[in-house]
Amino acid sequence: MRVAVLLALLFTTPLIAPAFAAGSTGFGVAGQQQQPEPPKPTDEFVPISQLPAQDQLPAAPLLVTAYAFVWLALFGYLVSVSRRLSKVQREVERLESDIAKGTRT
Amino acid sequence: MPKWFMPFAGLTAVMFAASPFVIASVRYESTMGLVQKIFYYHMPSASMFLLSAVVCGLASARYLFKGSPRQDRLAYAAAELTVLFGAITLVTGPLWARKAWGVWWTWDVRLTASLMGWMVAWAYLLVRKYGGPGSDKLAAGLALFGMANVPFVYISVNYWRTIHPKTSVVPTLPADMGMALWFSFVCFLMLFTLLLRLRVRLEEQRAKLDALYLSLDE
Repeated sequence: MRVAVLLALLFTTPLIAPAFAAGSTGFGVAGQQQQPEPPKPTDEFVPISQLPAQDQLPAAPLLVTAYAFVWLALFGYLVSVSRRLSKVQREVERLESDIAKGTRT
Repeated sequence: MPKWFMPFAGLTAVMFAASPFVIASVRYESTMGLVQKIFYYHMPSASMFLLSAVVCGLASARYLFKGSPRQDRLAYAAAELTVLFGAITLVTGPLWARKAWGVWWTWDVRLTASLMGWMVAWAYLLVRKYGGPGSDKLAAGLALFGMANVPFVYISVNYWRTIHPKTSVVPTLPADMGMALWFSFVCFLMLFTLLLRLRVRLEEQRAKLDALYLSLDE
């Protein structure tokens, strides 16, 4: 499972790295700002891209979670099927050898 | 396993490992930005979810009307993949929706129909596991309903008012975004083929084991 987590992190890094470089992920934005002024009341539509940084939802955690989940789910299922298959195959081989010997254990 | 399996598995692994780099190289979508990149895994996994439900339904129909155990094994394997790819779709979708729509979930027609299809696949597996004798045919009947739900899921965005993107989005993508999407789609299709073959193999071995136990008892 550790391998799966490492793989998931490894393969999601290239997705968010450019965003970190461009500073568009929202990570660490709140920490860099000093006491933002309270927003002025508005009675009209404001596009989400024009909201103050602290009101915007960071995209990177959602993206990383999505990709990590996909990798972990697929890897976990592959491991699960492989383990079930090898268990059944071992039992088949044991029974076949028992039948060949004419005994049953 | 067949001869093609290992080279095919290797190629799939390489393509899957390359897919995040291909996706990262594509420009950001103008209104959603970074989070839209979930789309490149969400849409292919949703396609595999629907494809596996169709495979399960067709194999179940053939099992019901022709009684072929091979088709029953295929249906069982496809039902498990429906649950797997359905889970991926239903997790990645809300992660994208939280940013794009402002909510994790909405009882939209496509989302609700997808959830129902996923629950039908779970019902199939639960009936097979705990249904006792005759559960294979009962489950096959369920799989037909799961398959009937698939066109409903697909066309729902075009017929009902919804905030989910329509099916017409994909053909209108810019070339680079379309290329990344189809690359990812091929990866998922190859993985689906591999997992289905592996899972069918498990059912074949279980059938062989049952036959061996029967031969010992005789």
